[in-house]
Amino acid sequence: MEDHTQITETLIQGDDEKLIILVQEALDSGANPGKLLNHVLIPAMDVIGERMESGEMFIPEVLMGARAMGLAVEMLKPLLGDGESSSAGKVIIGTVKGDLHDIGKNLVSMMMESAGFEVTDLGVDIAPENFIAAIKDQNATIVALSALLTTTMPMMKATVEAICESGLREQVKIIVGGAPVNQSFADEIGADGYAADAGSASKLAKSYLN
Amino acid sequence: MFEVIGERINTTFKKVKAAVIDRDGAYIQDDVQKQEASGATYIDVNAGARIGHEKEDMEWLLKVVQEATTLPLCLDSPDPEVLEMAYSMVNTTPMVNSISLEKDRFEAMMPFLKGKECKIIALCMDDSGMPKTVDDIVNRAKSIVGELEAIGFKRQNIYVDPLIQPMSVDGNNGMMAMDAVKAIMTELEGVHTTGGLSNISYGLPQRKIINRIFLAMMMKQGFDSAIMDPLDNEIMAVVKTADMLKGNDNFCMNFLKGVRAGTIKA
Repeated sequence: MEDHTQITETLIQGDDEKLIILVQEALDSGANPGKLLNHVLIPAMDVIGERMESGEMFIPEVLMGARAMGLAVEMLKPLLGDGESSSAGKVIIGTVKGDLHDIGKNLVSMMMESAGFEVTDLGVDIAPENFIAAIKDQNATIVALSALLTTTMPMMKATVEAICESGLREQVKIIVGGAPVNQSFADEIGADGYAADAGSASKLAKSYLN
Repeated sequence: MFEVIGERINTTFKKVKAAVIDRDGAYIQDDVQKQEASGATYIDVNAGARIGHEKEDMEWLLKVVQEATTLPLCLDSPDPEVLEMAYSMVNTTPMVNSISLEKDRFEAMMPFLKGKECKIIALCMDDSGMPKTVDDIVNRAKSIVGELEAIGFKRQNIYVDPLIQPMSVDGNNGMMAMDAVKAIMTELEGVHTTGGLSNISYGLPQRKIINRIFLAMMMKQGFDSAIMDPLDNEIMAVVKTADMLKGNDNFCMNFLKGVRAGTIKA
């Protein structure tokens, strides 16, 4: 495969104008759109996620990267062949009932989308039954729950329990996150995983695919 | 005078949680005394992190904290039952953290607040979520202040929190908070404004310099209280210096005192 280092670097720098030009040039010189997406752009977003996790990159840079990625994906989408655009997996994400905070949830949603997942963002203040309906509706395999308040952490537990009772627990992996949440809380309520930031959430979701 | 609501006695902090679990009163009292010595004017007490234990943890904390300080407390809980107990335990008129326009929270808090003598933090939050514009914030402030006045609260006892949101996710968030504070302090004359200052720097490195400069800019707009860490010397130096620059410090005496005590350094 051709050397696309420049595309990778441009995406990591979040330079959307330059990225579009470079992607167009690559396409003009015969690059395969599916390979560009899956072997160049998505791995570059993974680098952004890892650097966010390690504290080398910060939220504004991640947002710039995601914006550039979004534009590149728009260009490539119509050119993808059958099967090439199939998503990494279907994710349902939302902030649990009683909690209206959306910043962390939005970042996770964006990073997962950039990593190739098909994300259904239910929004904030989402009741357990709405998560369940969405899992059924989308036939999702991953559910990501967010909470920023200590007072809404019990609602995470209730949501996990409701998913168990609905008989869908075997179908999905459940990831939790948010300021007061940690690994031991995730274990305690029977979630599959905990992620401290958007980069690790996306990595964790990918680890469930294998 | 700028009011510093010390945020350190909160069970979401690991060390505090451990001290509460072990009933290590000495740790808590030491922390509270340090906050007082550093210039805190209220001590926030939050026992919410151990789910199912909030009431007993709050009861223990209030007893221990009040042995160490005579500062008024900021009772930080969403549960009226916990607040009712806490209110009956305090020796000085407390502040209550908090009420919002979210229907469930509002309806639970109003019966508790009615007839109580306390200060109240009023969040500019409603069921549609975080505010997105200056008008959102100011309109919510007007509604909640109106509701509180209707049950007898005086404006001087209401601390409006405009909900400071991070710069990292939206470059307008700083100006939104600053413009909102100015409008609230002008259009709702007599109320105070407060908030979790460090939210502004979430997601960025070197957070402390952001917090410091933002505080000075907010104080210019009329922001006269913050929920913050009084043990952070540099930000406390900003509080005193900015208050002096605003003309709130006769003959610059508090500033000079701070310099002589070594807490204000250039």
